[in-house]
Amino acid sequence: MALNRRIAYINLSTGQIEAKPIPVEVRKKFIGGRGLDMYLLYNHTEPGTDPLGPDNVAMVSAGLLTATLASASARTHVGAKSPLTGAVGSANMGGFFAPELTWAGFHHLVLKGKAEEPVYVWVNDGEIEIRGASHLWGLSTRETQDTLKQELGEEVQVLCIGPGGEKLVRFANVISGMKNAGGRTGMGAVLGSKNVKAIAARGTMDVEIRYPQEALEYDHEVMSHIADTKFAQIMGKYGTMFIQSVTNSTGLVRTQNFQHNQLLDAEPIECEHIEEYGLGTVGCFGCIIHCRHRYVVDGIFDEGPEYTAQGAFGWEVGCNNFETILKGNHLVNHYGIDILETGSMMAWAMELYEKGILTNKDTGGLKLEWGNDEAVLELIRQIALREGIGDVLAEGPLRAAAKIGKDSLKYNIHVKGMSNLHSDERPTPALALGIATSTRGADHLRSRPAIDLYHLPVPVLEGVYNNPVKYEGKFTSDYRDYEGKAWEVLWQEMMYMAIDCVGVCKFHSVFLSPNLLNFDNVSKFIYHNTGLEMSPRDVWDVAERGYNIERLFNIREGFGRKDDTLVDRYFDEPTTRGLDIVRGKTIDREKFTEMIDEYYQLHGWDEKGVPTPETLERLGLDKEPSHRL
Amino acid sequence: MQKVILVEQDKCTGCRLCEMVCSVKHEGVSNPSRARIHVIKWFMEGFDMPMICQQCLEAPCIAVCPKDALARDEELGNVALDYDLCIGCKMCVTACPFGGMGIDTVSSKVIKCDLCEGDPQCVRFCFPAALQYVDANAVNLRKKRDAAAKLAELMSKVVAV
Repeated sequence: MALNRRIAYINLSTGQIEAKPIPVEVRKKFIGGRGLDMYLLYNHTEPGTDPLGPDNVAMVSAGLLTATLASASARTHVGAKSPLTGAVGSANMGGFFAPELTWAGFHHLVLKGKAEEPVYVWVNDGEIEIRGASHLWGLSTRETQDTLKQELGEEVQVLCIGPGGEKLVRFANVISGMKNAGGRTGMGAVLGSKNVKAIAARGTMDVEIRYPQEALEYDHEVMSHIADTKFAQIMGKYGTMFIQSVTNSTGLVRTQNFQHNQLLDAEPIECEHIEEYGLGTVGCFGCIIHCRHRYVVDGIFDEGPEYTAQGAFGWEVGCNNFETILKGNHLVNHYGIDILETGSMMAWAMELYEKGILTNKDTGGLKLEWGNDEAVLELIRQIALREGIGDVLAEGPLRAAAKIGKDSLKYNIHVKGMSNLHSDERPTPALALGIATSTRGADHLRSRPAIDLYHLPVPVLEGVYNNPVKYEGKFTSDYRDYEGKAWEVLWQEMMYMAIDCVGVCKFHSVFLSPNLLNFDNVSKFIYHNTGLEMSPRDVWDVAERGYNIERLFNIREGFGRKDDTLVDRYFDEPTTRGLDIVRGKTIDREKFTEMIDEYYQLHGWDEKGVPTPETLERLGLDKEPSHRL
Repeated sequence: MQKVILVEQDKCTGCRLCEMVCSVKHEGVSNPSRARIHVIKWFMEGFDMPMICQQCLEAPCIAVCPKDALARDEELGNVALDYDLCIGCKMCVTACPFGGMGIDTVSSKVIKCDLCEGDPQCVRFCFPAALQYVDANAVNLRKKRDAAAKLAELMSKVVAV
């Protein structure tokens, strides 16, 4: 059953491999997936560990409910200390890798040390082997997977890095299949630093379902509900690209880095254009939403693009060419670098070029002008291969700004050294607070209360956000308000952590729709599939524990209140475009500070953002690191 | 009227949920290697094909079985396997041209699709409807209708010119 999946410690320096069971008490405290990975990160690294040195640890994991009847249990989590930010590194992807790892008998792999030569890790029905990968080094993500499938069989699932990870691009990702990317915080660079090119898995071992008939019935009920939502139907047709027409027409995206909040002529990159190139949508393991397109452009076959591709190679860089989005999407998949960070770094470089901080001399003649499609595609390549100005940008916001100098940093849109999504949060305090406090740096998948954008009636907000823990304050429907938003951010932190612990996709949870999975559903899924009795409140507590472990890790690395903020432009430069209700908006410093205060208070953290001793005791974290695993 | 599982490949999203629910239904476990249905995937080329027992009329598995353990089920119309007669010789596995006869990796017994006694779970969970459990006589018309729709589209272009 899921509970007998083991954790394997793989020492790449010595070649030693040790597999251990995961005690049920630990499961009850951290469940699995991201929560347990973060526990392992906190326990297996020393403060100040070099993220690209042998002492960093890299975790690859499945969730507790991976490959069970839990709506869409396909997600793989990858964790380590981030070489981009120095804070927690954590990335999550769909596809088929985590289920295969689970059928191969493991839920967590912990990679330690550094291999002398390039290697790949072969996980096959309970056995783990470290094998030479010199023949794979230098290959693209697709070539790597093709080669391993030829060697090991068509059924293996591979997670790998591309040239970007080998060259230690600080935002290199891990890729599995065509487009599944554990994108954020540079996990590909950590694997690259350890000389690990890939992990291949193949499994035929039973995952016992504790109550099979009940699990089938309940899962069908939940899936039928999801399939009936408008959200799932639109996602199944256009994928996340459907969001663009709403956010752009409202004025909630950042264009030309951060100069505007709307792309004026965006029709050419509307989601419907995928129909000219698309071959239909496909799903990750067990998913009925199937939000990803297969497409062909210029004879190149790939999967995607998503909302992030439209932002990265569309409005952020001032392009409105659908083919640039398709080609850019292919290049980042091919080289294995984070699409979101790549787009943001390019947009920043373009603004620096516009302002004369970067010149043709710096760019090797590459004209980094808004809307220059060819320059965008060329720059992706240069970043991935660390050529020319790409070598500087590959360092990520803070290091690149230090190299470029002048006042370049003030134009970069980052939090804790990680670039933000291509969204503009100036009109939306809830979303602004979410990116400012996120444990992995600016990010929309840690805590974004996206449904706040729908101006939902207060009773609906109460229905969602008062379960399983009630908020004592007042909710407000208007997304421009500051009231009640700190709780929405906290609640979403808990929701996403819970979902990441069980290995289900966020698109099946309360993220873009208020009607999808919540703590009650997760609790029932856990019971039917594993037999573990965990109430919705128990699941919430696990999530809170996991989020606090991330917080503790960051504090240990020197992060604190000073880092839970936004760059000055959010407070000083008003929005220029969009609907009247979002025009001329900035984030109010005073109210923002009050939100942070309330957010800390709700968490049980002191005014510096440090969990109080009482909070740690309440969560059973007062003895961490406890080295139980 | 007897029903059959109709596979419409172009609707398959390749998620393999059918494999999991099949193994849960029959074995109580999630394990695609013990499922009766498999989605054969060409990841890098982008093609997914659900493969399942075709319940053939002139079934090679029935013909080759030395113990008459395989026979047509009068009620469901499928090829049914009687484990009391089966000796596990696996001749049917060899004879089947579709891979519809499998070997269970745990019990080593032959396994095949039994239509879940008339409520096939793979179909029930296939929300994109790539798998459908339909009256046999509906298959022809359905296929014809789909093909006609495509022709109609082409014809309309000709007429427009």
